[in-house]
Amino acid sequence: MKKLFFKPESLTDTDHKYCSGCGHGIVHRLVAEVIDELGIREKTIGIAPVGCAVFAYDYWNFDVTEASHGRPPAVATGIKRFLPDRVVFTYQGDGDLAAIGMAETIHAANRGENITVIFINNAIYGMTTGQMAPTSLLGMKTTTSPFGRDAKLAGYPIRVGELLATLEGTTYLARCAVDSAKHVLEAKKAIKKAFEVQLAEKGYSLVEILSQCPPNWKMSVPESLEYVRKEMMTQFPLGVIKDKTKV
Amino acid sequence: MPKIIIAQSKCKGCELCILACPKKNIRLSQKINKKGFHYVEIIDPDKCNACGLCFQVCPDVAIEIWK
Repeated sequence: MKKLFFKPESLTDTDHKYCSGCGHGIVHRLVAEVIDELGIREKTIGIAPVGCAVFAYDYWNFDVTEASHGRPPAVATGIKRFLPDRVVFTYQGDGDLAAIGMAETIHAANRGENITVIFINNAIYGMTTGQMAPTSLLGMKTTTSPFGRDAKLAGYPIRVGELLATLEGTTYLARCAVDSAKHVLEAKKAIKKAFEVQLAEKGYSLVEILSQCPPNWKMSVPESLEYVRKEMMTQFPLGVIKDKTKV
Repeated sequence: MPKIIIAQSKCKGCELCILACPKKNIRLSQKINKKGFHYVEIIDPDKCNACGLCFQVCPDVAIEIWK
């Protein structure tokens, strides 16, 4: 008998503290599998965000450090410049990357830092129990937009991938989802490509992953998957947004 | 026949694997684990073809498949 599907070496045996149905655990596994497949576990340094994934250092079996809220791209810049032979990636949510950390995100991308960013977009602040995020959809009910997000009051959901695509410093930008096995496998390919871009020293890569947040969306797990497919994917279309390696 | 090991203590009963299984061969157990969740179980191990879709969607990496 052969082991076909199993926990990758780059994941520890620690139980995830995430809510039932959350997409974070899936993405943790994908990152770990990609790192195992590329054989870079001993030289990878991850940077965990502030948000639901704040305990990511407990779940990954390689070096992980923690940054202040929104600052992982700045910390990653420092680590990568000082230790250019290491593989450096940040793992950030939408509150961390697109709200408080937007300045760091844009400038790291604009400088074309040779780092990889894994961006989890669940359109809400999960850890603090469901406030409106910059990526919350119009009309979306959150604790800070109880009547639904109003564009006049709170602006429009930010498409981070498309925004960064205009910057010359970015090399590879893609958007994926983890609502179904098919999309999970596509997400793994995109994450692998993003790490390969860094290993080839081609510059900044970011993979945005649409994730469900059933408890804060006040939905059952199947409802939240439908919401990802019908609403989130309309606002945030899946696919490769920019790939300079092909030009 | 594939061997499917489900770590009952890790399962949070989110049902993602139940939705992903093309053979509809996974269900929630009547029993609950230490975390207080109804964990999942395979209905008929003979029907499983080890496609691994349940593994792909499991957020808690609670499923291991041998063949």
